[in-house]
Amino acid sequence: MSTAAATHEHHDHHPTGIMRWLTTTNHKDIGTLYLVFSLTMFLVGGSMALVIRAELFQPGLQLVDPGFFNQMTTMHALIMVFGAIMPAFVGLANWMVPLMIGAPDMALPRLNNWSFWILPMAFSLLGMTLLFPSGAPAAGWTMYPPLVLQTGDAFPFLIFAVHLMGISSVLGAINIIVTIMNMRAPGMGLLKMPLFVWTWLITAYLLILVMPVLAGAVTMLLTDKYFGTSFFQAAGGGDPVMFQHIFWFFGHPEVYIMILPAFGVVSQVIPTFARKPLFGYDSMVYATASIAFLSFIVWAHHMFTVGMPLAGQLFFMFSTMLIAVPTGVKVFNWVATMWKGSMTFETPMLFALAFVFLFTIGGFSGLMLAIAPADLQYHDTYFVVAHFHYVLVPGAAFGIMAAVYYWLPKWTGHMYNEKLGKLHFWLSAISVNVTFFPQHFVGLAGMPRRIPDYSTQFADFNMISSVGAFVFGFSQLLFVYVIWSCARGGQKATDQVWEGAEGLEWTVPSPAPHHTFDTPPVIR
Amino acid sequence: MSNNRIRKLVAALAAALPALVFAPLAKADWAVNMPKGVTAISQEVYGLHMLIFIVCCIIAVVVFGAMIYSLLRHRKSLGAEPAKFSHSTKAEIVWTIIPILILVGMAVPAADTLIRMEDTRGSDMSIKVTAYQWKWRYDYIDEGFGFFSSLAPEHNRARQLDSGIDPATIPNYLLEVDHPLVVPVGAKVRLLLTASDVIHAWWVPDFGGKKDAIPGFVNEFWFKPETPGIYRGQCAELCGRDHGFMPVVVHVLPEDEYQAWLGDQTAGLTFQDAAMTEETVAMVPATATTAVEEVTVEWNMDYAMATGEKLYNANCGACHQINGAGMPPTFPAIAGSPVATGDVAAHVDVAVNGRPGTAMAAFGPQLSDEDLAAIVTYQRNAFGNDTGDLVTPDQIAAAR
Amino acid sequence: MAQSQAYYVPHGSNWPIVGAVGLFLLMLGLSTTLNGLGFGPVLAWTGVAVVVVMLVGWFSTVIGESEGGTYNQQVDRSFRMGMTWFIISEVMFFAAFFGALFYARQMAVPWLGGESNNFFTNLLLYPGYENTWPTNGPGAIGGEYEPMAALGLPALNTAILLSSGVTITIAHHALKDNNRSVLNWGLFATFMLGFLFVTLQAYEYHHAYEAMNLKLSTGIYGSTFFMLTGFHGLHVTLGATMLVVIWVRCLKGHFTPNHHFGFEGVAWYWHFVDVVWLGLYIFVYWL
Ligand code: HEA
Ligand code: HEA
Ligand code: HEC
Ligand code: CUA
Ligand SMILES: [Cu+2]
Repeated sequence: MSTAAATHEHHDHHPTGIMRWLTTTNHKDIGTLYLVFSLTMFLVGGSMALVIRAELFQPGLQLVDPGFFNQMTTMHALIMVFGAIMPAFVGLANWMVPLMIGAPDMALPRLNNWSFWILPMAFSLLGMTLLFPSGAPAAGWTMYPPLVLQTGDAFPFLIFAVHLMGISSVLGAINIIVTIMNMRAPGMGLLKMPLFVWTWLITAYLLILVMPVLAGAVTMLLTDKYFGTSFFQAAGGGDPVMFQHIFWFFGHPEVYIMILPAFGVVSQVIPTFARKPLFGYDSMVYATASIAFLSFIVWAHHMFTVGMPLAGQLFFMFSTMLIAVPTGVKVFNWVATMWKGSMTFETPMLFALAFVFLFTIGGFSGLMLAIAPADLQYHDTYFVVAHFHYVLVPGAAFGIMAAVYYWLPKWTGHMYNEKLGKLHFWLSAISVNVTFFPQHFVGLAGMPRRIPDYSTQFADFNMISSVGAFVFGFSQLLFVYVIWSCARGGQKATDQVWEGAEGLEWTVPSPAPHHTFDTPPVIR
Repeated sequence: MSNNRIRKLVAALAAALPALVFAPLAKADWAVNMPKGVTAISQEVYGLHMLIFIVCCIIAVVVFGAMIYSLLRHRKSLGAEPAKFSHSTKAEIVWTIIPILILVGMAVPAADTLIRMEDTRGSDMSIKVTAYQWKWRYDYIDEGFGFFSSLAPEHNRARQLDSGIDPATIPNYLLEVDHPLVVPVGAKVRLLLTASDVIHAWWVPDFGGKKDAIPGFVNEFWFKPETPGIYRGQCAELCGRDHGFMPVVVHVLPEDEYQAWLGDQTAGLTFQDAAMTEETVAMVPATATTAVEEVTVEWNMDYAMATGEKLYNANCGACHQINGAGMPPTFPAIAGSPVATGDVAAHVDVAVNGRPGTAMAAFGPQLSDEDLAAIVTYQRNAFGNDTGDLVTPDQIAAAR
Repeated sequence: MAQSQAYYVPHGSNWPIVGAVGLFLLMLGLSTTLNGLGFGPVLAWTGVAVVVVMLVGWFSTVIGESEGGTYNQQVDRSFRMGMTWFIISEVMFFAAFFGALFYARQMAVPWLGGESNNFFTNLLLYPGYENTWPTNGPGAIGGEYEPMAALGLPALNTAILLSSGVTITIAHHALKDNNRSVLNWGLFATFMLGFLFVTLQAYEYHHAYEAMNLKLSTGIYGSTFFMLTGFHGLHVTLGATMLVVIWVRCLKGHFTPNHHFGFEGVAWYWHFVDVVWLGLYIFVYWL
């Protein structure tokens, strides 16, 4: 295998300072931009979650007005979903996909820069609504009409911000697909690609197929509010529930968009630290593809209470339950990969293991929600909140953290502080359970979601949950510190970094030079 | 971290987790599970819930057990050599087929229950439920009367930001209404749910489920309570600012008591309601736009202002605030409002027809001519508006 | 794939950030306009101007690089794949509106008429309302109107758009045969047909608003009709503009018989616009 990347500094006339970052077309720079942006948004969105948890610390209204509470819930979710989780994965793809398939860069480097810079624009648009006298959007991230149509001045900002996020995601996804399909080094057959690349390829297809649908849905909201259309108004022959169908046709694939790349990361990390090849590579690929396919025909499991005809409810219940099968295949394959391995437990591995445990717990509650008659009880309670935070926080977010610890030495050329990394892990892993596990209980006991105040019977668990949230939140400052200090210096990382690591990315120097694989590597 | 320490940590965690989970179970008043409920359906749903839960627990024990075993035994520090295998078609077929079988085993009883839940035929009575921001209206369509049901006043006071009232001192905090829904025990009650403004959802956990109330559509939901009692729930679909403050309370009465209650309603007397306070009693003849004969009083300023204040506080105060200051800019102030101090007809128009596209609902369909006349009069004369206008019910009727 | 020359990786570009700022100004302008602020339109038009400048600048760079022979086969393939997936994303955008149309016709309106599990919807809220299409709903939103006929102008427009699909194919073959004059005329005919289509569509809209009382606000029928045909018209306008650009490039002698991604990209886009129209014609006008 060729050691790629004799560094070609000669043809680089890089602008420096801010202009470098504004105009860069380098996949590593853009990856870094995405990751830094995402971390910032994670802190901002997390701070909003802390406002929510602070108000819910005890019954009665102590801190915020109910209207503002709803703004926090809405903005928290929008920022976390579109600002933190999705861009983090795009950043990882930018950094790693070219390195993993032996490409000199992303296929469309200028477009790549554009996809990124649209994002801060979108979030400025959305974020500025917090300063409006009539406040930010407050109808939930699901934006159901007619409620969302009561939004004040923030309404068009919300719609156009969502449009921009959509444009950014679609352009990013196109770039990733083209890179994977057209830029692989000779010999890198499709079924030789690392799983992270595979999961991202499939995620990118999902993005292209559903983001435009969301754009269409919010466009109809816009015309309903300002141009007199009747899409979501029964008097004119429309139906408010129609929005929910269109939204969830986007929304359900969207939740897999947030988990598939994490599956990919975990499928890279576990074999490395188990020093054993990934079990069932092919079935992992097929399972990912099946999950993606199924995700298009299950959307109405979010809508069991809207009064769908019985046949519809039965169909969506069955199809949703089916998703447990390919997901189970993945979980079993990970366990089989560890089985009879030779494991060590560095921070990336710890996060990957916690991912497998806790995502599975989130998956189980998902399966419970899929049972339509039971969902009529669970729906819109904290049981749902517990479910999706289990799959999103120790799921998607832990996947991202595993990836960051795993590849940080490759990015910076330094080993991060393993002690602090482990501390970050244990604090996060424990507090995330303290935060979200009790939410199952209050949910089952009858506490609805999206409420700023609750009956006294729910007080104890909410208090525990709030304490957990603050511990979890502040542990993330440790994460920031570990990353920052690793970027600044530290023990020099080797090229391979991890003893069991395999793949092209570990053949280039650490830190990976600005340009890699200008001449394609040869694959066995 | 050394091996030993890790092992100790794992052991400590393993001991702590069940403690964390089960300690609460020991304390009886901490609800941690779905209520069994008081209808056949709710008990079936509870059974389903426990079934899936236990199945998931068993799978978890198997999967996590294998994983934990591997984590403990197959570690480098114990000198484990990595095996080389990377697939096994047989294993993969097994762990595809078994989950499918388990899922089928769950799907069958679930489908069975669902089919029965959707069967609204043969109901004994129908009640039309209309959701408003942020209250419910119940219309007994067979008997021809109806009333509004909103958060009980003392709860409403306590839940204000910095009210200084400790929620713990209020029984059933946030789960009490001024006028509960009343139904007889053992009857199959069919609800016909709709909404006037945005989507809400009607939910009483003890009745085994919830259903959305959607503007412009009517959804059906039914329950057949087996035990008399008071059952509480809440609106379960985000419906704006006060979504957290529109509880559902149902009194299930023995047949004879129900008949007596019904008699009172249709005879035009006030509600038999344990939770009613002085204040709500005073409001009853007005808010209850029932088939009740209104006591005719002479329409004068004092009367209009007195009833107007109570009605204003109950119907408009959530948004425009009791002191009339509103919460600008979303909810404009009534104090000094150009509308409330300007043209009477324009003011009446806003109150009766609302402002489409905003939270300002049309109150015409919700309140009687007298009520609205009183409210508008109050708005025009309270909070320093002092216009001196006395609005009459006829003016309201003309604006409808 | 053996790479005879390295994949072209541009180093730094100012256009994307200009484009991002342009989009920001545009969206900010639209939002403030809808909020009724006076400076909104100014902002929005500034945004449009910046975006146009960006497009011109960006495409000039790319065209320059392309004509300068910077792009090898592999780059060409990237562009093709990129364009394909872009068009697919556009298809999904239209899918949302087609979805709304099918939902309204197959679900919402029948339900309002009391079908399926909505007996009481009809009985309690809309007694007497019947499931028909076209409809402006039980509230007759927008008042009496006349639905759009399938024959006449729409049929003519279908013929126009279909023949523009033929002319662009003729142009493409001419390009491959290096027959430049047929190429230029074929392209000219294509975008002229495109603009003719848009003009007729505009006339149809005018007629609908003035003579038929059929508006965007005419209930669900008007909503779906104008949203679908409107977004389609916007795409035709865009496509025709792109055709003009390609035409000018052809006049300047750009493209060779086996290296003409720019041309093909636009041609694909034009076919996509064509196919969407067929769907529209069938489901919006005809059935
Ligand atoms: C990363 C995001 C993510 C992921 C991966 C999932 C995964 C799943 N989700 Fe979740 N979900 C959300 C994010 C996610 N969800 C969000 C954000 C919401 C709320 C949105 C909102 O309303 O705001 C939501 C809501 C939601 C609902 C609606 C609840 C309601 O509002 O009433 C439902 C209902 O069916 C559901 C089901 C499922 C199922 C069946 C899975 C499955 O994919 C899980 C499959 C996994 C397993 C089952 C575990 C592993 C499998 C095995 C070990 C094999 C053996 C197992 C068995 C045979 C049981 N989800
Ligand atoms: C996508 C991912 C995602 C992530 C990562 C999170 C993370 C968290 N969420 Fe999230 N949440 C959602 C997605 C997510 N959430 C969604 C989709 C909803 C539904 C919204 C709706 O109903 O519409 C929701 C709703 C939701 C609710 C329900 C609100 C309601 O129904 O009213 C709650 C309540 O506890 C909650 C809590 C938390 C907490 C405590 C975290 C924690 O993990 C957060 C961790 C905290 C930090 C990371 C803070 C760190 C920052 C500091 C310590 C300060 C330093 C600050 C600076 C330097 C600026 N979330
Ligand atoms: C759900 C919240 C809500 C309730 C309850 C409510 N209003 Fe309003 N009201 C509003 C909003 C929002 C506006 C502003 C509408 C707009 O933007 O044009 C408004 C505006 C008004 C105005 C016009 C004020 C002005 O200066 O423009 C009047 C008068 C009014 N309401 C009367 C009433 C009356 C009378 C009641 C009770 C019977 C009532 N409102 C209850 C939300 C509410
Ligand atoms: Cu009504 Cu929530
Ligand atoms: Cu889903």
